[in-house]
Amino acid sequence: MVSRVFKLSALFAAMAMMLMAPPSAGWAAERFITVASTTSTENSGLFEYLLPLFEKTSGIKVRVVAVGTGQAIRLARNGDADVLFVHHKPSEDQFVAEGFGLERFDVMYNDFIVVGPKADPAGVAGNKDVVAALTAIAAKAAPFASRGDDSGTHKKERGLWTQTGIDVDTASGGWYRETGSGMGATLNTASAMNAYALTDRATWLNFGNKGDLAVHVEGDARLFNQYGVILVNPLRFKHIKAADGQAFVDWLVSKDGQAAIGAYRLHGEPAFFANARKPGT
Amino acid sequence: MNEFSDAVVTAGRLIATWDRDLAEIIGLSMRVSLSAVFFAAIVGLPLGAAVAVFRFPGRGIVTAVLNAFMGLPPVVVGLAVYLLLSRAGPLGSLGILFTPAAMVVAQCVLVTPLIAALSRQTVEDLHAEYAEQFRSLGVSPLRAIPTLLWDGRYSLSTAVFAGFGRAVAEVGAVIIVGGNINHVTRVMTTTIALETSKGNLALALALGLVLLAVSLAANMAALSVQDWARKAYA
Repeated sequence: MVSRVFKLSALFAAMAMMLMAPPSAGWAAERFITVASTTSTENSGLFEYLLPLFEKTSGIKVRVVAVGTGQAIRLARNGDADVLFVHHKPSEDQFVAEGFGLERFDVMYNDFIVVGPKADPAGVAGNKDVVAALTAIAAKAAPFASRGDDSGTHKKERGLWTQTGIDVDTASGGWYRETGSGMGATLNTASAMNAYALTDRATWLNFGNKGDLAVHVEGDARLFNQYGVILVNPLRFKHIKAADGQAFVDWLVSKDGQAAIGAYRLHGEPAFFANARKPGT
Repeated sequence: MNEFSDAVVTAGRLIATWDRDLAEIIGLSMRVSLSAVFFAAIVGLPLGAAVAVFRFPGRGIVTAVLNAFMGLPPVVVGLAVYLLLSRAGPLGSLGILFTPAAMVVAQCVLVTPLIAALSRQTVEDLHAEYAEQFRSLGVSPLRAIPTLLWDGRYSLSTAVFAGFGRAVAEVGAVIIVGGNINHVTRVMTTTIALETSKGNLALALALGLVLLAVSLAANMAALSVQDWARKAYA
């Protein structure tokens, strides 16, 4: 019995050591920063293309936590990320004003589009006026799938509804359907119930379950989608990797970083347009 | 619905080609969940046995709590562990948020009540059988616990397998505390969630089939070890 118990505990100990031993990258101490960003940049494949380029020049690994803009800002406010890389300027400015972040830099833009069923029950295809298109969708009570998750895209969408003067909350559960989930999940829902939806172009380009959906509204200046990057304030949290985080921010807005963003193609189409301010302007 | 046939074909191809990214993801899934179950078993088995053999006030409530916590929603556990491990939280100085260690902690919290509740029932039944012998030999409840755990080891292993199943299949907790970071904290379930959100439904389902196959292999390996042990120590 005693030797059996001994053997068993030896086995357990060996198992524990095997399980807990650091295997390769990831567990081992390596030079890295954590970036809180959005599902749209992750789903578009931009990071997979961009980050190895930055790693090569800097030797700094970048760990991206991709969530909605609202949650990304919450993570950064708690000091759980070194850099915030999102797309809702008013929230970003507020983040800086409240002292959670240092300076905010423009990095790149793409645009939002309204997608919907090819049959187009609200007759909005080709409409260059997004507010008029949304008004038409509401008038027909055509199904509209909203993120409903406080993300950058959701905030944008709510802002556009405000401009139509329509109170979509009263229609929630009717034709206005809040999925409370990410862009991809919302597009899956829209695809399944033939609903209209507002999406960023990059996620749409990379989305594999388009079903009967097509792009209906694009090109309105109000559909502009600006991305910004902010270093989390190292004075608030002493563990923030200020130097390495700043190196990433600097690289994104540098000539090299901007050229890399501009060169990225998604299914042959440009997904993002670099527009950081030129140094000294 | 050709998504299903696509998924089966894709799953076959994934297993046949076995690329490094997939191996890395499966490896991390296994390491995280096995580690979590290991620690959960160390805590859960004696805890369940203690509740089974000791008589104390509020024992019924403890049993009910253990049973109820078998149904802890993973996303709630993830959120609670996130708040604990966040830099703004009480354990923030550890700096383990968004690492596999955080995922082990979350799954451990999730699985411990399950293992404890199931082993409480097993040990209690066994204890009823042994109670008279223990009394005649003057064995204290504390001394009885190791004996009961040892004699019930084969039934108890099912509790541990159930814990492993729950750990390896959940996504809600690990996606919050791990962050689904590529090459760092991306596991099978978070990859499936990510591919679903990209609209790659067939690939997501194929990954689900691969996860099932891997779980099946792990369980079969465990069963054959058990079988071997049963014969060796018969």
